[in-house]
Amino acid sequence: MKRVGKVVIFFAGLLLVWQVAVLLKLWSPVLVPSPFSVGRYLFEAATDGTLASAMVVTIKRLALGYAFGLLVGLPLGLLTARFQILEDTLGLMALGLQALPSVCWVPLALLWFGQTEGAMFFVVVMGTLWSVIIATDNGVRNVPPIYARAARTMGSTGLHTWLRVILPAALPFIVGGMKQGWAFAWRSLMAAEIYVTILSGFGLGHLLHYGRELNAMEQVIGIMFVLLAIGLLADKILFSPWERFLHRRWGTAR
Amino acid sequence: MTLPVELQNEAPSKLSIQAVSKRFASRKRDKPVQALDNVSLEVAEGEFVCLLGPSGCGKSTLLNIIAGLENADTGGVKCDGADVTAPGRDRMMMFQESALFPWLDVLDNVLFSLRLKPGLNASERRDVAVFYLKLVGLEKFHHAYVHELSGGMKQRVALARALAPNPRVLLMDEPFAALDALTREQLYGDLQQIWKERKKTIVFVTHNVREAVCLGDRVILLSPHPGRIQEEFRIELPRPRNINSIDLARHATIITSALKGFGRGGPPMPMGDGI
Repeated sequence: MKRVGKVVIFFAGLLLVWQVAVLLKLWSPVLVPSPFSVGRYLFEAATDGTLASAMVVTIKRLALGYAFGLLVGLPLGLLTARFQILEDTLGLMALGLQALPSVCWVPLALLWFGQTEGAMFFVVVMGTLWSVIIATDNGVRNVPPIYARAARTMGSTGLHTWLRVILPAALPFIVGGMKQGWAFAWRSLMAAEIYVTILSGFGLGHLLHYGRELNAMEQVIGIMFVLLAIGLLADKILFSPWERFLHRRWGTAR
Repeated sequence: MTLPVELQNEAPSKLSIQAVSKRFASRKRDKPVQALDNVSLEVAEGEFVCLLGPSGCGKSTLLNIIAGLENADTGGVKCDGADVTAPGRDRMMMFQESALFPWLDVLDNVLFSLRLKPGLNASERRDVAVFYLKLVGLEKFHHAYVHELSGGMKQRVALARALAPNPRVLLMDEPFAALDALTREQLYGDLQQIWKERKKTIVFVTHNVREAVCLGDRVILLSPHPGRIQEEFRIELPRPRNINSIDLARHATIITSALKGFGRGGPPMPMGDGI
């Protein structure tokens, strides 16, 4: 547990520095609230249900868009890796669109879908889809050809080879792509929520936005902590088990 | 199908390679490389034949054509009289890299080839896999992951995987080239033993002269550019053969000098260790 101790000391130290800076009145308390006022805001938001309902709204949007992006992106990535013509067309398009910062989809989504859940969904999907396509395609292309050849000599053909050999062999890349897709989806959703006011659901991005409007710095910082925690938890819960599994199987663990 | 029947040896096949030629497009557009030029070879039932030659002599290409992984431009291969057009379970292949699947454990790797073989239920498949893992001496490693195995153990698993569907022919493409000398010597012994027990026709590709002499009933020497059969040596040494024996070295010396013959004027031919 020595490791845990060091981690606790590190973060406690950060909080202490923050509190000392506040006590020294280096900046106006409007700009830098104390850790306690941030804590108080979070406690109040948690007890009156604002936080929980905003989290539900945000995570629902994220899960829907992300799941859709995966469901469409994985097969498309397999197809671009399989057919050169799709690689030259769809693959090139995905490469270009993946490089586009996903916040750039927000104005377009607003004009197309108005201030609706549809706009949110669209932005998250655009953030996820392209990087998943590219990671899957890249993963498949990195599968050593010897695997497919060996499988062929054992009587594996067509779909069997794809499902039982190519796909599992590409798994480390695909999980990397899913992780990147998640990061993009999360960023684009926050951009959309801060930008777009819609009445169908009040997400964490909105809380952040209104914190600014109200000049409520403790709210801004408090929500940022919540976002940070969600990002960390997603990594630990969604991706770490997969990565541990892959490291164990492929022998890439340190 | 009951298990004892499944484990009975299939009769080994007779291979007939008839005037096989194969060209590859080279980087210099107008000059294709002639990998194989009119190669004919008969391999008897249960024979152990080694294809020996420097790199570029087309020996791996020939093996791939026998496996059905590649097609000849002209000529063809018959296995027990039937034309080879695609890979088949009667001809299993082993590669230089083990080509084991890292996402499966040892047992599942062996089961991979068995799952593709019709007529066996799950418990029979398992029994067959267990039998072959024991045959190659890995009965204690069923649930090891591929990366946990040494190079020699990986090739043992690959051998078990190739033997499991009970093929008539075993095609081996420099399977021991990447192993250290000690491990290799052990595998020479084991392979001879398994070949005797399981009665397979084996075509074994190598660039190591001693290895070829140690294993083969016949050693077929191929010359490069274009790939042709240069000479054939029948090895009449008693089995099991020891790679370090003097008799074996004598045979190897003769073949090595023949091999050096087509290096004249060019750069020295790469040959295996221990020559």
